[in-house]
Amino acid sequence: MAPPAQSKRSASPSQPSGKSEVSDLKSQLRQLAGSRAPGVDDSKRELFKKVISYMTIGIDVSSLFGEMVMCSAASDIVLKKMCYLYVGNYAKGNPDLALLTINFLQRDCKDEDPTIRGLALRSLCSLRVANLVEYLVGPLGSGLKDNNSYVRMVAVIGVLKLYHISGSTCVDADFPVMLKSLMLNDPDTQVVANCLSALQEIWSSEASTSEEASREREALLSKSVVYYFLNRIKEFSEWAQCLVMELVAKYVPSDNNEIFDIMNLLEDRLHHANGAVVLAAIKVFLQLTLSMTDVHQQVYERIKAPLLTLVSSGSPEQSYAVLSHLHLLVTRAPYIFSADYKHFYCQYNEPSYVKKLKLDMLTAVANESNTYEIVTELCEYAANVDIPIARESIRAVGKIALQQYDVNAIVDRLLQFLEMEKDYVTAEALVLVKNLLRKYPQWSHDCIAVVGNISSKNVQEPKAKAALIWMLGEYSQDMHDAPYILENLIENWDEEHSAEVRLHLLTAVMKCFFKRAPETQKALGAALASGLADFHQDVHDRALFYYRLLQYNLSVAEQVVNPPKQAVSVFADTQSSEIKDRIFDEFNSLSVVYQKPSYMFTDKEHRGPFEFSDELGNLSIGTESADTVVPAQIVEANDKDLLLSTDEKEEGRDPSSNGSAYNAPSYDGTASQTQIELAISSPSVPGHALPSSLAIDDLLGLGLQLGAATTPSPPQLKLNQKAVLDPGSFQQKWRQLPISLSQEYSISPQGVAALTSPPALLQHMQGQSIHCIASGGQPPNLKFFFFAQKAEESSTFLVECIINTSSAKAQIKIKSDDQITSQAFSTLFQSALSTFGFP
Amino acid sequence: MISQFFVLSQRGDNIVFRDYRGEIQKGSAEIFFRKVKFWKEDGEGDAPPVFNVDGVSYFHVKVAGLLFVATTRVNVSPSLVLELLQRIARVIKDYLGVLNEDSLRKNFVLVYELLDEVIDFGYVQRTSTEVLKSYVFNEPIVVDAARLPPPGPGSIFMQGTKRMPGTAITKSVVANEPGGRKREEIFVDVIEKISITFSSSGYILTCEIDGTIQMKSYLTGNPEIRLALNEDLGIGRGGSSSHAGAVILDDCNFHESVHLDSFDVNRTLALVPPDGEFPVMNYRMTQVFKPPFRITALIEEAGSLKAEVIIKLHSAFSSSITANTVLIQMPLPSFTTRISFDLEPGAVGNTTDFNQANKRLEWGLKKIVGGSEHTLRAKLTFSQESHGNIVKEAGPVSMTFTIPMYNASGLQVKYLQIAKKSKTYNPYRWVRYVTQANSYVARL
Repeated sequence: MAPPAQSKRSASPSQPSGKSEVSDLKSQLRQLAGSRAPGVDDSKRELFKKVISYMTIGIDVSSLFGEMVMCSAASDIVLKKMCYLYVGNYAKGNPDLALLTINFLQRDCKDEDPTIRGLALRSLCSLRVANLVEYLVGPLGSGLKDNNSYVRMVAVIGVLKLYHISGSTCVDADFPVMLKSLMLNDPDTQVVANCLSALQEIWSSEASTSEEASREREALLSKSVVYYFLNRIKEFSEWAQCLVMELVAKYVPSDNNEIFDIMNLLEDRLHHANGAVVLAAIKVFLQLTLSMTDVHQQVYERIKAPLLTLVSSGSPEQSYAVLSHLHLLVTRAPYIFSADYKHFYCQYNEPSYVKKLKLDMLTAVANESNTYEIVTELCEYAANVDIPIARESIRAVGKIALQQYDVNAIVDRLLQFLEMEKDYVTAEALVLVKNLLRKYPQWSHDCIAVVGNISSKNVQEPKAKAALIWMLGEYSQDMHDAPYILENLIENWDEEHSAEVRLHLLTAVMKCFFKRAPETQKALGAALASGLADFHQDVHDRALFYYRLLQYNLSVAEQVVNPPKQAVSVFADTQSSEIKDRIFDEFNSLSVVYQKPSYMFTDKEHRGPFEFSDELGNLSIGTESADTVVPAQIVEANDKDLLLSTDEKEEGRDPSSNGSAYNAPSYDGTASQTQIELAISSPSVPGHALPSSLAIDDLLGLGLQLGAATTPSPPQLKLNQKAVLDPGSFQQKWRQLPISLSQEYSISPQGVAALTSPPALLQHMQGQSIHCIASGGQPPNLKFFFFAQKAEESSTFLVECIINTSSAKAQIKIKSDDQITSQAFSTLFQSALSTFGFP
Repeated sequence: MISQFFVLSQRGDNIVFRDYRGEIQKGSAEIFFRKVKFWKEDGEGDAPPVFNVDGVSYFHVKVAGLLFVATTRVNVSPSLVLELLQRIARVIKDYLGVLNEDSLRKNFVLVYELLDEVIDFGYVQRTSTEVLKSYVFNEPIVVDAARLPPPGPGSIFMQGTKRMPGTAITKSVVANEPGGRKREEIFVDVIEKISITFSSSGYILTCEIDGTIQMKSYLTGNPEIRLALNEDLGIGRGGSSSHAGAVILDDCNFHESVHLDSFDVNRTLALVPPDGEFPVMNYRMTQVFKPPFRITALIEEAGSLKAEVIIKLHSAFSSSITANTVLIQMPLPSFTTRISFDLEPGAVGNTTDFNQANKRLEWGLKKIVGGSEHTLRAKLTFSQESHGNIVKEAGPVSMTFTIPMYNASGLQVKYLQIAKKSKTYNPYRWVRYVTQANSYVARL
């Protein structure tokens, strides 16, 4: 009996299809319900199968509920199981009918066969009907005490199911406590593992409202519990071992001996054939040794071979998961893997998701000793039939070129790409040559010779076209034909669909004009006219700006368009190191595959037990202590404000003057997602005496940056003494906001001494209108979360402050919805902290 | 922790669908299938095994033309879920004997039974075929395996070679033989996959062997088994250098049932094999070995709009061994319009083809005996002049093959010992070797 293979598209529940079959089934089931004829069970089985197969393909068979329940009163276990499956699927939508099943499920929960007891209990808990929870408590209670481990195993998960239907019923019946005692005493490891899963879920979700739950959750990480699990780890199934090791990875051992004991115990897990077990063990190793640099490095060496073995055994899907983690490790410590680069060579039959990761790894591990071979290999892929991969390979060559000191050989290869006469190869190579020239202007001569031979007609992709035009403008004095090629392009202005290209065209023709005015004048006029008539706002505005600039003063215009430039020394990564660390902390989770920390792709309640978090729930809530503090020292705080406003003005300008002295025009919003340019401010460059507000060169490509230089200095900062923020909003904001400042302060010896009583610090800060929302940790590492609000406005400052009492250092991270005053606030915070401990 | 599990056919039909936690909206199977389908059409290549749509993560593995899918909203270990999907597929195969759309449709109720026991509320409970036996009550409906092209690397044993019992690999662990009694037997397969890249001058640029010792046991009473490998087997390249000719593996890992107590002493694995199919040991070797085939390929311009391709193939293994299902492929310049092939006189079992759609030359050889040499010449006609270097427009040559009773690494099962229950107890034991190409490439 198979599910019908006809098209399922028409069989969605909203459509009437299948109706006649369903009513047919209904009457047949009715006939059989009361029958005791021999062979009736077989006929019922056939009918049940039909019902389940309809259910699977999405036909709504919920109208058969009554008949199904009547028929399954029989003792045939196959029938029973099919009925359980059916009931579980439809009970939620038919709570009244679900009540019909309670009776026989409850009876089955008392059956003498443990398999039936387990099955019935599982189905009973799967009904997901809120008003039936009262019927669950009894059977669950006896299930947890059942002498058969199968039933207990089912009951433990049943408790979790109950919790999700009605948390209060579950907690009121004291089930979490019973689970805890089962977890620590049950002889069956699957029962124990289920208890751990269930308790982690229950306590994590209770922790935000119940202090006891958050204590219990902490207690799972206590030495005794962790050791209890570790000592039995080999009895657990491979899946439960993963669970246990995930727990151990969060445990903080008290000394190094403990660390080595745990690692020795788990050493052989690295040889497991199941990749999930190996990765879970690796996570433990990495987390435990974070503070021991040498050992941490040895761990990398140790895990290399097992990871590579996992990559090459198993299905492409399995190796992808492992490879993603290898990718993370390689980008973190490329030098450790640089000798293994051959393992990252692509095989022709690998799926492109694997190839992409490998190309990335090849880029990361390239260094002086292996670059030649890696680039040679990558060039082989450039001619690949798989075009996306061919493109990626060329980009990889480019990235390697930008991170190397000796690029001679690579430049030659790139120029060969330009001669390959494949559109996409030429396009990618042009973009690379442009980037390369911005970093190594000394190569311009060789590159320009080759680029000059490329017919602009063969370049269609906007990015590549923009790169070519940039080079035409930038090197117009060396490229004989530059003004004429530009002129040609301008003649076809209307056919150019990409605004990015048109913007570049404007700028390039301006540059060309200042170098070869007689030849370019006509083209410039045409470009400005077309630009002014352009429907695209940015293009229009830039044309107008150039026009007015030229009218105003030619030499100023030249300084704006063609200032002396300094080579870009580093193309920065878009991903901040904070994000990368965050992903590393979430090793062995989806974060690694997506290359994003979990808060970017999950909802809070689904973040799961893997989150390595600075959640407030981990820390004791400090609000009550703050309430009891008398607001004091207001006068002092005000004095500080006055002092502050002077310091402030200087520092406050910093972020904006970072804005750039040099910025090549390649960028508009779409130009690149993988690189942003790190502008180099170069006040010492001779001839660059322009006031900073004018030193913006082609920043116009970015348009909006203009404002940055003229940002008014921030007003003096006053804090609201009675600021309020509930922990929920704090967490939400903390998650959403970027870090505006991250700093390290020293703490006076008096301050350290006073920290023997952390609440004293909270009182002290409260006196400065900086409120503590949560704190925790044990000396020497203390962690505090503070917040403050501006007096007049609603902007809030959030602070994470980690104080190490042995090194007398405080690490501060400030987040704020008002970026501009963050620095001012930081100063305020520091001064508040520095006075701590002085009476 | 997963939220749903389902199996889709190639056309996107639900064959089984199980929602464990009820936290993901309806239609997830459709969302998933559309995403996978359009991934490729958007020119992004295959959809990765894990992706996220609107906060829901979708995991999938492809087995026997079917998509095994899990969904979740939680930040779980991707490795765990993908291993689990693969394991579920294997358990189902253990039960049904053959895993394909037909067998799954015929046995979907049994599969539901399995799924209920394997996962509860999204948490893995047990995946051992043996333990599951006592909770699964449906009898498998066995489909006729002979009609269907069998999947998986082990399946090649079913074809041709008379020394193997034909039904071995497709036999369900629970179904009884037609005679009523179960046959006591155990299969140990040493499966090796070769990846190798030859430079244009024939040097080996990279080489690797990925091997698995796969076991499938139909023994009753769980006797202990001892599996002895080469005594001079070395592990880890940094280790003490053994004498020449010794097999040195880079690394290996083991199934959890394996006891390694005597492995360090005499390279013997001891285990009590669970029911069903499982890898006893996976290993990886990059030590230089003798490649079973040497390929040399050449492309040369021969006048305007013409070129000639010559591919030579030399089989370097013993003449008592035969490779089968050999296929050689070579991408040609995109402006190639016509090919005329020229095989050696007397060549049998050869097929040649020019795949117009992706401009690829295909040369198939049914059988190749060891120590032989084969040559293919092809004349190409172009629609336009080649401007650049013609070598850059073509290649590389890639090759797939299967060689039964041969392994390239030299790793051997010296003996397979089964703890005896009685004097008359003498189960059948099959130790078999097979080598396949994974990525076998010669550059021009």
